[in-house]
This record gives sequence, structure tokens and C-alpha cells, in this order.
Amino acid sequence: MKGAEILLKCLIKEGVDTIFGYPGGSVLPIYDALYDSSIQHILVRHEQGAAHAADGYARSTGKVGVCLATSGPGATNLVTGIATACMDSIPLVVITGQVATSVIGKDAFQEADMTGITLPITKHNYLVEKLEDLPRIIKEAFHIARTNRPGPVLIDFPKDMQEKNIFYDEDAEVEMQLPGYHVASEVDLVQVQKAADAIRKAKRPIFYVGGGVISAEASEELLKIAEKMQIPVTTTLMGLGAFPGDHPLAIGMLGMHGSRYANYAISECDLMLAAGVRFDDRVTSKLATFAPHAQVVHMDIDAAEIGKNVEAHIPIIGNVKQSLQAIWEALGDQQSSGSEWCEKLQKWKQQYPLTYHASQEGRIMPQYIIEKLSEITQGNIIITTEVGQNQMWAAQHFIYKKPRTFISSGGLGTMGYGFPAAIGAAVGNPGKKVIDIAGDGSIQMNIQELATAVQYKLPVVICILNNQFLGMVRQWQSLFYEGRYSYTDIMCQPDFVKLAEAYGALGIRVTEQEEVEAALKQALDYQEGPVILDFQVEREANVFPIVPPGASLIDMVGGE
Amino acid sequence: MEKKVLSAIVENKPGVLTRVAMLFRRRGYNIYSLAVGETEKAEISRMTIVVEADEKMLWQIIHQLSKLIEVIDVINISETPSVERELVFFKVQADSSKRGEIIQIADIFRARIVDVAPESLIVEITGDSGKIEAITDTLKPYGILEIARTGKVAMVRGSKRGNNK
Repeated sequence: MKGAEILLKCLIKEGVDTIFGYPGGSVLPIYDALYDSSIQHILVRHEQGAAHAADGYARSTGKVGVCLATSGPGATNLVTGIATACMDSIPLVVITGQVATSVIGKDAFQEADMTGITLPITKHNYLVEKLEDLPRIIKEAFHIARTNRPGPVLIDFPKDMQEKNIFYDEDAEVEMQLPGYHVASEVDLVQVQKAADAIRKAKRPIFYVGGGVISAEASEELLKIAEKMQIPVTTTLMGLGAFPGDHPLAIGMLGMHGSRYANYAISECDLMLAAGVRFDDRVTSKLATFAPHAQVVHMDIDAAEIGKNVEAHIPIIGNVKQSLQAIWEALGDQQSSGSEWCEKLQKWKQQYPLTYHASQEGRIMPQYIIEKLSEITQGNIIITTEVGQNQMWAAQHFIYKKPRTFISSGGLGTMGYGFPAAIGAAVGNPGKKVIDIAGDGSIQMNIQELATAVQYKLPVVICILNNQFLGMVRQWQSLFYEGRYSYTDIMCQPDFVKLAEAYGALGIRVTEQEEVEAALKQALDYQEGPVILDFQVEREANVFPIVPPGASLIDMVGGE
Repeated sequence: MEKKVLSAIVENKPGVLTRVAMLFRRRGYNIYSLAVGETEKAEISRMTIVVEADEKMLWQIIHQLSKLIEVIDVINISETPSVERELVFFKVQADSSKRGEIIQIADIFRARIVDVAPESLIVEITGDSGKIEAITDTLKPYGILEIARTGKVAMVRGSKRGNNK
């Protein structure tokens, strides 16, 4: 059997039914094999789109996302997508064609050293040097991508290996050879007991949860403990949806653009239950004043995260789901009937709601659009975001109730991520509406994928919060650079409605706040394919509150 | 910061050294020396890495290294009874008037003369950091023309295997 066919057989064995890709010279044999394979191939219009789509597919389904590109430029175009997935610990298997083994290292046409280039942005990578190794490499790649702290794994597959014929026994057991890689063992019950004792003693406990809770599917365990012990829950950007946003114990997002009450709560808590988080600088801001009174319980599957940024008093290394379950068991019959602490938080919630001013120009406020969307859909959709103000408003003003409904590039902060990720989420969740909250800057970074969404009739709605600015950078220029708007004004832009129509999508321009609801409903009802909603919003709306860079969380500015 | 010695048992595959070196560069850890060689098993190599790090950074280095798929085990040799040696060549300025003195010094340190030229000698020494520092200081006044060091290798004492996975 040919190498290319063996590749597809092995992918099917791993449960792959969909891959996102773009053909080219060095993957011709794989595309030839795909021609009559049961695997669905989604043809993107730029390889970066393939990587982000596979990522959006993975985040929304919990499965491993797979993308495919040719050697050289095809492969290097995946790099931003791979780095995005790596920063957010998203399981991907990335397959790149490589030039024939006989010319590797000779600067052949469309040759790029992909294992070298992606070394710091993958969990692991492989160059297939012997075709006999391919089944093992694929099995290992999926195992590595999805276990422990997930991440992208790249397989660089030379063209001559794809063409080569060898005997392949589909039913043969494939043995992995990973002497240095072990799936996380059971959690340390001594540590668990310490954490349970700390919870019993705590007067002002708080859960600080992140993407790790979503990837470990630990939401149920989290909810059980939070309710039993009446512990308020704040989430990071990556953790949105891990805990129901409308729950009385939910206190929203913390950090640079967190809610006032979450940041106050973190700053006053005496016990921090950090679950699946990495104490990112956008969360902690000034480390010296972060949670100054807290005893820290840090649950993470990655031992290298313990103490990386913040010292943990009670580290629990292991799968977060197991850790939470073990804590739940260790707590026994203990109940909490609420506390002054919870009442205090409720008071803060009422006192400092996330709010915004009405437009001075009589234009639509971007926050209003997100609030309306949340209200109309009741959280029953998947939201993806681009990066910048659109992303923060989507995080602040939409109420996420379930895991895997908020999909955003948190760590790398990749503009142009949201739309292709929405395509991946739509492919992975047939029948579900996927909304990309976009800015007019970000959307232009991968706008070519409109053709993909039209071709596959994907019900993706792009909500462009169009302020004709690179808004987040403009906001920083306004707040920290004396209003010197250096190259952030992008008044010169396409007519997004005509652009949608040119691609065969539906385009709607919305200029009045009263039209927002109807436009959203129309787009949500539209099933024939993608929709662009071009909302002409207030040009200089800011994301508030904001913790200025280097400040303490309690020194938030704005949003009152 | 103190120098610490780590012993990493790794798969003997192409690219492993790059991964380790890249990790140190990317995370901003200082490598003082790094020595690699095959172990008793051909498919396994041992890397002896001397790093400058405090306790916190050392924990980070060990765990970040352990995350590399091809790294099988990492131990902190510095906190285990162990033997540590390094081999160093010194090319020392030595005309006929100084040659005798230098050979005497070499004898005292149990070093060896491995090359003799009209104007120079090459001294080979194997030892721990203290010994190498001492001979360096002693040879310096004669004029050291070149130094080549292997980097330290280390092994845990006794029958206990340092890396038992």
C-alpha cells in the first residue's frame, strides 16, 4: 500500500472524519488518496485558515483537530495557527508535505525545515524518515496531542514516502515507543486532603479556573464543589463557559479586563483554588500584589506550571477532573450554608456591574450588540472571537453557560483567528449556529475564508463591530500614549456588505441601535450560508474596566 | 547563582540536542556546560548539563526538560552523592627554560603532558571543578594560549542507578 493511503487509514483508525487543508505539490499523493477516502476534506483558501479551523473544531468538539498543507510556504502558513494552538494547549495533528528525502537539505523547491521551525511551538514533532514508522508515528502523535496537557503535534511527511509502496497490515497492533512520555498518574491524596482542610478553614475562598477545566471536562466536578461549599468562581478568558455564567456564584472574568467584583474578590480572598490555570500576566497583572492574602491551591496537569509565576502552597499535580473529584470526596458531608463572603460578593456585583456609557455620536454601542446576542440566544450558540476590543466585549457581555461555547485565541492573541475557527466549529457541530465576534481590522486578516464558508454552506455569522479603528491599540494610544493615534485609523476599508455579496454570502449593514435585534435575528435564522453583519459602532468606545499595565488588580480604571 | 549539575537521560535520536538547547535559549536559562554521549544502551544518551540557577529556576528547568517527549528522566545530581569530572586541555606557553616547571606542576596535579612543541606544551587534566580551577590558576602565570574543555560528566555514587526509569 502507498504511504499516502496508509496515512489516511491510520487517521481513520484514530477516529478522524474531517480534515482541513489546502493542496500543493508535495502532498499530491495524499490528495490523490483523499479523492476516494471516507474522510471529509474541507478546502480552505489559505493554510492559516486550515490550522485555525482545525483548532476551532478541536475546541468546540473536544476531539483532535487535523490539518494538512504542502511543503514550504503551505507549511509555513500554518505556523501562526500552530503557535495559537500551542499557547492555548489545543490538541492538533498537523500534517505537512515535505520534499523528497533525496533532496532534503539541498534547498529544494518549496523546501522548509518544518520540524526545525515548529520546534518551539509544538508539543512534539516528527519527520517521517522510514515509511514503516508511519503507523507508530501517527498513533503517538494523536496520543501526545490529546493526553496530559494537550497541544499540537506536527508530522512532516516527505513526498517520496507518500508514493512508496510497502506491505501494511491494518489489523496489526501498533506499539508506541515513548519511554519518556507517561500519562499523568493518580493525584496525591495527601495534597488533596490538605486542600480539603484548607477549604474547610477558609473564610473567603475563591475558585480561579481556566482552560484546563474545559480540556479536562471537569465542569461538573467544579460546580459540585462550588455549590456544596458556596465558593464563588471567577474564570480566565480561556475558562469562560467552564462554570455557568448565570449562576449566583459566578463572578465573571478576572484580570486586565475582568469585572471589578472578580478583581476585588481575588484581591481579598484568603484561599485561592486555582484549577487549570497558568497565572498569565493578563490575569495577575502586578505579581507582587496579586491575591496578597491567599493561600494558593494550584491544580494542574503540567508540573512545570507549579510555581512558574505564583508560588503554590498546596500544589496538586494531575488531571484537574480527578483532582476536583478527589477534593469533593475528601470534603465528605461538609456543607456550607453561605457566608458573609458570598453576601459581600453579591453586594459588589450589584454595586459594580459591567456597564458602559451610551454613544455620544448616537451610534450603536458595541457592548449592546453582544448583550442583545446573549439575550436572544440565551447562550445557546458557539461564539468565536477575533482579537482586540471585540474579543474583550465578547468575553464581558455574553453569558456563557456551557464549556466549549467560547472560542478565542487567549495566549497568542491571534488576529484573524475567529472566522476560520468559526468555520471549524460549524463543521464540527452541524446544526449549531456559530457567531464570530469580529473587528473590522481582524476580519480582514482571514476574510478569504468567506469562500470556504459559502462553498460548504456553513451557518456562520460574522458580527463586525465596525469602528474603522484598530480599536484596542487605539484605546491604548488614547490611554497611555497621549491620544497619538499612530496608524490605527482604518477608515479606508471595503464595503463589507458588497464584499459578502461578492463571495455569495449575505451581507447586512446596521447603523441604528434599534435595528440591532432584528438584524441579529435575521442572521440567526439564515440557514443558507454565512452572513456578515456590518455594525457601524461608536468609533471610540473603550473596553472598561482596565487594569493599566503593571498596576495591581484593585487599581482598575473606568467602567463605573 | 549557584552551579547545579543535572543528568538527563534522553532518547538517542537526531534533534534531541536541538530541543534541549532550544528550551534553554527560549526560557532564558543559562547553560554553563553540556556534555552528551551514549550510555550502556545505544538507543539512550546521557546529557550532563551544568546550569546556573536558584532553587526555583532549577525546579522549572527540571520540569520543562521532563516535558520534552524524548527526555526519559532528569535528576539533580547536585543533591545526590555523586562523582563529577571534566577533562581539560591547556596549551601553555613553555620554552625550554619553563618546561621543567610546568611538567612538575602537571605531576603534582596528576595531569599529563600530551604534546610538546618548542614553544608550548599541552597539558591534559581530568578532575572536578576545584582541581581544574586550581591548575588553571597555577598555569596562568606561564601564559595559557588555549583551553578546551569537555564539560562536566557526572554519575551517582553506589549501586543505585541515578536514572532508573
